[in-house]
Amino acid sequence: MKLLDSGSIAATAIIRYPLRSSMLLLAIAIGVSAVLILTSLGEGARTYVTKEFNSLGTNLLIITPGKIEIGGNASAASIGQAVRPLTLQDAMAIERSPYIESILPFIGGSAAVNFDGRERNVNIVGTNHNMAVIFDYEMAKGGFLPAIALDKVSQVAVLGGTVASELFQNENPLGKWLRIGDRRVRVIGVVEQTGQSGSVDVDETAFLPIAFAAQVFNTESVQKMMANPRDADVMEAARKDIVRTVMARHQGHDDITVLDQGAILNTFNSIFLVLTSTLGAIASISLIVAGTLIMNVMLVAVSQRTAEIGLIKALGGQRRQIITLFMMEAAILSFIGAVLGVLLGETAIYLMRELYPAVEFHAPLWATMAAVALAVLCGLLFGIMPARRAAALDPIEALASH
Amino acid sequence: MIELVDICREFTVGEERVQALKNVNLKIEQGEYASIMGPSGSGKSTLLNVLGLLDTPDSGKYFLNGSNVAQLSDDELAARRQQVIGFVFQSFHLISRMTALENVELPMTLSGLSASKRRKRAEQMLERTGLADRMGHRPDQLSGGQRQRVAIARSIVMEPRLLLADEPTGNLDSKSGSDVLALLEELNQEGITLVMVTHDPAIGDRSRLSLRMHDGELTAERKR
Ligand SMILES: Nc1ncnc2c1ncn2[C@@H]1O[C@H](COP(=O)(O)OP(=O)(O)OP(=O)(O)O)[C@@H](O)[C@H]1O
Ligand SMILES: [Mg+2]
Repeated sequence: MKLLDSGSIAATAIIRYPLRSSMLLLAIAIGVSAVLILTSLGEGARTYVTKEFNSLGTNLLIITPGKIEIGGNASAASIGQAVRPLTLQDAMAIERSPYIESILPFIGGSAAVNFDGRERNVNIVGTNHNMAVIFDYEMAKGGFLPAIALDKVSQVAVLGGTVASELFQNENPLGKWLRIGDRRVRVIGVVEQTGQSGSVDVDETAFLPIAFAAQVFNTESVQKMMANPRDADVMEAARKDIVRTVMARHQGHDDITVLDQGAILNTFNSIFLVLTSTLGAIASISLIVAGTLIMNVMLVAVSQRTAEIGLIKALGGQRRQIITLFMMEAAILSFIGAVLGVLLGETAIYLMRELYPAVEFHAPLWATMAAVALAVLCGLLFGIMPARRAAALDPIEALASH
Repeated sequence: MIELVDICREFTVGEERVQALKNVNLKIEQGEYASIMGPSGSGKSTLLNVLGLLDTPDSGKYFLNGSNVAQLSDDELAARRQQVIGFVFQSFHLISRMTALENVELPMTLSGLSASKRRKRAEQMLERTGLADRMGHRPDQLSGGQRQRVAIARSIVMEPRLLLADEPTGNLDSKSGSDVLALLEELNQEGITLVMVTHDPAIGDRSRLSLRMHDGELTAERKR
């Protein structure tokens, strides 16, 4: 018997018993869609988190003062020891490293800003020109901070949109002089309305050159730095060189933390992958439940069609052919059920995206393919027993069952 | 074509043992027209099942076309049935979800014949049995006589040399019964060996070889 022929005989049987068939299809479809929906939850969470990270680019080292021990005990010496600050001079030393393309230092705080009698308390970020590049700011007017040496004090400011409009209302702020504390500052640019970007609420912030900001806050210490290696290959070399450079400047103390943005992201990714796989595996249990249903339904099919099996045997049908016929039926049903399940699951995921647009729910391709494959596999595995039972029937008894 | 030597077949139902066939000896020539008659429970169907390789005897020898088939495996028996034997049942045994044409095609489908050859040959057989205008009908759209003629078309589509019929007219009114009988006799005249179980003495009289069974034994054999 040709495979196509057994397929079409099986198909006529599927159509002939619509209630039985649709029950099976439903069970398998629910199982498959459960896999899709649950994995889409895990995958949605993963993309949500990684998107937050990725907005900075993954090729980034983050340097903070103080040693954070990851996965180990804090050494006795580091406990209770005051954190030695990172200075502008440290930042400049790091900037000179052959592995580093550019760095972005960061001092944050707030101060009263005054223009023409209007005063407002705004967030101050002391940084350099790289901030606009790394965080991708669009300028509404003028330019961002000038590319100058980190220790050069330049009394200029770039304003966030809200700060600019509240202080200047309809006036053009470019070239105007503000007062921050007792210092005079010239406005050289306004950033387009941006909202929150990383940890900075751009619209509510005034950006100053870092050396100037250090004077405003009367401090030496840089709170945080980001460093861009020349390329991804020298990530680790760059990290080591930063630690070495700062140690040399800190009397041999290894007292900074350098985090690799990409490494953190990879860790997150693998955690979420495990989570998603676990959810998928849990959902797969429903497929196995569907499998036991396949077995029962196929057993019913065998008893409903006992006379037909007897006839096929009388007509010279071999054991193997009868097994093929019933396995084919189970395979077709489970495949169609799986396809329906994919449609059902994708519809549900679409609705979830409509309801929560912030999270990009989507079932990963591997989960979809695994669910379909598992459904068909279940159909075949659980179809074996009923098919063998059919093939083992005694032809005379089978023919007599009317 | 057929030779049975000391065939025995015993059934056990609970404690009770029933000897359905007791040392049956029988020879049937190629092209023979044989009828088997006898009271209910005398073993007629059991004998036909043994002849049709659906049942294996407990002892004895069965030569079909010269070779002993009494101890072949299930799949070997199935292959012989496919090549040599056609069956006509009292209750037709058509598959209700298939059309007349598809029912007739079924033995060829099982044998792996291509769809176009199957179709052509099934159409020929249905024309031969007088159902040219009923090919697309399903069994429930056909009368009893028509159903049996579909079943006969199916039984001869593989060109078997032996046709076994167990009370083929038992479920039919006398008119369609005699039509079916005429068809079977026609096929026999064309050369097929026909062995038929019947309760109708008139049919027994018409057959060339008339066998009688009683309590599992062949009691009388009349040859014309
Ligand atoms: N599968 C079986 N299991 C147990 N006993 C059986 C079986 N098949 C047949 N028998 C017994 O064997 C004997 C012969 O049965 P068989 O069906 O051959 O009779 P028959 O001549 O065809 O009768 P009928 O005219 O009623 O069809 C009967 O006593 C029957 O009960
Ligand atoms: Mg009988």
